Amino acid sequence: MTPELGHFALALAVAIAAAQAVLPLMGAHNRDARMMAAAPALAVGHLIALATSFGCLVWSGVVDDFSVFNVAENSSSTEPLVYRITGTWGNHEGSILLWCLILACCGCAVAAFGRNLPSSLRARVIGVLGFTSAGFLLYALTVSNPFLRVWPPPMDGQNINPLLQDPGLAIHPPVLYAGYVGFAIPFAFAIAALLEGRVDAAWGRWVRPWALGAWCLLTGGIALGSWWAYYELGWGGFWFWDPVENASLLPWLAGTALLHSAIVVEKREALKTWTVLLAIGTFSLSLCGTFMVRSGILNSVHSFASAPTRGVFILVLLAIVIGGSLLLFAMRAPVLAASGIFAPVSREGALVLNNVLLCSICAVVLTGTTYPLIAALLFNAALSVGPPYFHLTVVPLLVPLFAAMSVGPTLPWKRADLLPALLRLWWAAALAALVGIAVEAGLGRAFAAGGFAAAAWLITGAFAELVERVRLFRVPLAVTRARAAAQPLSVWGAAVAHAGMGITVAGIAGMSLATSTIVSVAPGSTVRLGGYEWTLLGLHDAPGPDYTARVADLRVTRDGRQVAMFHPSRRAFTQQQQTVSDTAIETNLVRDLYAVMGDERNGQVVLRLHVNYLAPWIWLGALVMAAGGGLSLADRRLRVGAPARRSAATVPA
Amino acid sequence: MDAITRRRLLMLTPLAFAAAAGGGFWGLLMRMQEGSYDPHSLPSMLVGKPLPAFSLPGQPPSEGFSNLDVIAQGRPTLVNFFASWCIPCIEEAPTLMQLKDDGVAIWGIAYKDKADATAAFLQQHGNPYVRVARDEPGRVAIDFGLYGVPETYVVDRRGMVRLRWAGGVSDAVARGTIAPLLKSLAR
Repeated sequence: MTPELGHFALALAVAIAAAQAVLPLMGAHNRDARMMAAAPALAVGHLIALATSFGCLVWSGVVDDFSVFNVAENSSSTEPLVYRITGTWGNHEGSILLWCLILACCGCAVAAFGRNLPSSLRARVIGVLGFTSAGFLLYALTVSNPFLRVWPPPMDGQNINPLLQDPGLAIHPPVLYAGYVGFAIPFAFAIAALLEGRVDAAWGRWVRPWALGAWCLLTGGIALGSWWAYYELGWGGFWFWDPVENASLLPWLAGTALLHSAIVVEKREALKTWTVLLAIGTFSLSLCGTFMVRSGILNSVHSFASAPTRGVFILVLLAIVIGGSLLLFAMRAPVLAASGIFAPVSREGALVLNNVLLCSICAVVLTGTTYPLIAALLFNAALSVGPPYFHLTVVPLLVPLFAAMSVGPTLPWKRADLLPALLRLWWAAALAALVGIAVEAGLGRAFAAGGFAAAAWLITGAFAELVERVRLFRVPLAVTRARAAAQPLSVWGAAVAHAGMGITVAGIAGMSLATSTIVSVAPGSTVRLGGYEWTLLGLHDAPGPDYTARVADLRVTRDGRQVAMFHPSRRAFTQQQQTVSDTAIETNLVRDLYAVMGDERNGQVVLRLHVNYLAPWIWLGALVMAAGGGLSLADRRLRVGAPARRSAATVPA
Repeated sequence: MDAITRRRLLMLTPLAFAAAAGGGFWGLLMRMQEGSYDPHSLPSMLVGKPLPAFSLPGQPPSEGFSNLDVIAQGRPTLVNFFASWCIPCIEEAPTLMQLKDDGVAIWGIAYKDKADATAAFLQQHGNPYVRVARDEPGRVAIDFGLYGVPETYVVDRRGMVRLRWAGGVSDAVARGTIAPLLKSLAR
């Protein structure tokens, strides 16, 4: 009964979403106030129907209803409750439903927080969201139905992929999807603006908080994914330039550019056409990220839910959404009022540079990710593009980007002089140089030296503007404190986010110093790595809920003192006949001791040991970035419709 | 061309780009459905073709070898890429030793590996190779289209590549795939 209820609710959601697409858009076109006023209620109804549907699917998993094909395939009665719930979105059908649910939430959010928007703009935004939603819900209802029944029902389920039995998976996809889907709101605003034929400063002010919120979630989602790959896949790295990872990086890069170009629209009414295109592009990349990966076209190490037969439906949907919006753009954008002019050296100029560099990085990553497809299509060649390509192309673009990240926020609007701005940053530059030289002299590793110098430059540079504003050490400390408290939160947010990037860069530089080894050892023997002695004390078996584990007891000492005692293991999942390595990690935030257990043969066991430096900083930095975004979001001036409290204050890059 | 026409054409480029990408994906999807394109397969351009020309220095005490040295034997041979830093290479080592004991000629190429690390690897896990050559820059591996290590090629007596096995050679693969192929090639 419950699955049928869910199925019905899904069909109902399709109908309501279709109404949400048609009525408000028609109303806005005909200036019919009643039809426009229907938008919020339809958005709420859409969410309620879809939430019911999703709830039914989760419930079917929780009560082990194996007559539901999706549950039988992806769950089992021996699984802990939390994985029976998270298994709901660990597969294709469930993840699409979750995706649609978040899109419905976006529509509701606009309905709830957009009360101060002009009624026609609000109706159009909600209408566009409804249109997108209706398309993907139709996909879920017709070719990717999660409520399909099997008869006779199997005795037990197939179980979830063991790699996905992990708390990281419980939160990673919802956060990542929220980030992906969140960019639907700036997209809807862009389409609505094209329909209205008007983009102005107010539009920039409305779009920015939504873009910022989506960006925070996407940043968090990518960081969680990278962290999951680090500790669960056990490859010792944090980013593999895998198509699935790149698919999440592309909208992030475009979204970061959007975030910054929207500031220019808001402050100076320039870059309007470009910002509209970026909003469309970011959401298009999000869509491609979710669905191209799902179509199975891209070969990836960790795409777990791919289904080639559904590719055609998805492609048609994407053609309608992306192609339609770009067609509208081509028709309407040329007549948008031309934008204001500004000098190349100015805050706007720096933001344009930021956009050029971010979009260049986006373009080279996109090229690298899709090149195997292009080669297959045009030259009939099978090839793969690996990390060397990405390192060679992305790093040269990061250097000017990082250099500009600290300089840009110190420049005034309209016209600026570069020299005074650079002079104000002399202490950040000096510190960066000092750090770089010290690392190069101490370790002789050029990449790490450059990375740490960049990190120092970014972290100190991020606060240069604030130091200037509060006149630190130039006025009494109490005055500084009062000035600091008076700064808008968005200034703090930008500084924190830029510093977060610096922390991540420091983590990546630290990881470049990591050492690792692969050894085959018998119990009792000792291996030396990175100044530590690793002793394999013994091996034993340990039972788990739905697996049996073979555990290695590993003692790590340094100069005879015990540093860590830890237990990498291999879990044999009986039901799926799959073995998964459970990585053991011992961290003190400066260095990670990391051990993975391999096969056992003739009384010897293969161990892969790593000493990774500053690894946690990578994800900590991302968290700080997201927190900076959140801080900026908390700024009153950014809230939709809130009156400008201090019109003279500027929002930094 | 006046300014507004130019602007219109400029604004059309994103659509043109997206349309081209969409067309490309459509083409691939169609090929996927008729089975002529599989994103997950690792086809080798080499199968059915002669060994690529190469000449590599040796891993002391072994001499180096070239593709001509492999062909000169006039018997079916395995060419195995390995490295001391790869786990599956350690795992396939006993299987290769078994193949050697069964009289199979295996020629090894150490891929992107330091000489002393390779020596230690051969010392610890056994040396099943007739000769071991070094491809430290990994350039010959590119000619082979190497996907990763270990990778094993079965070469017939005329120097034609007959099979490419990407990944470690397990006992099952050795018994079920490689041994029967070698037997048929020896006839």
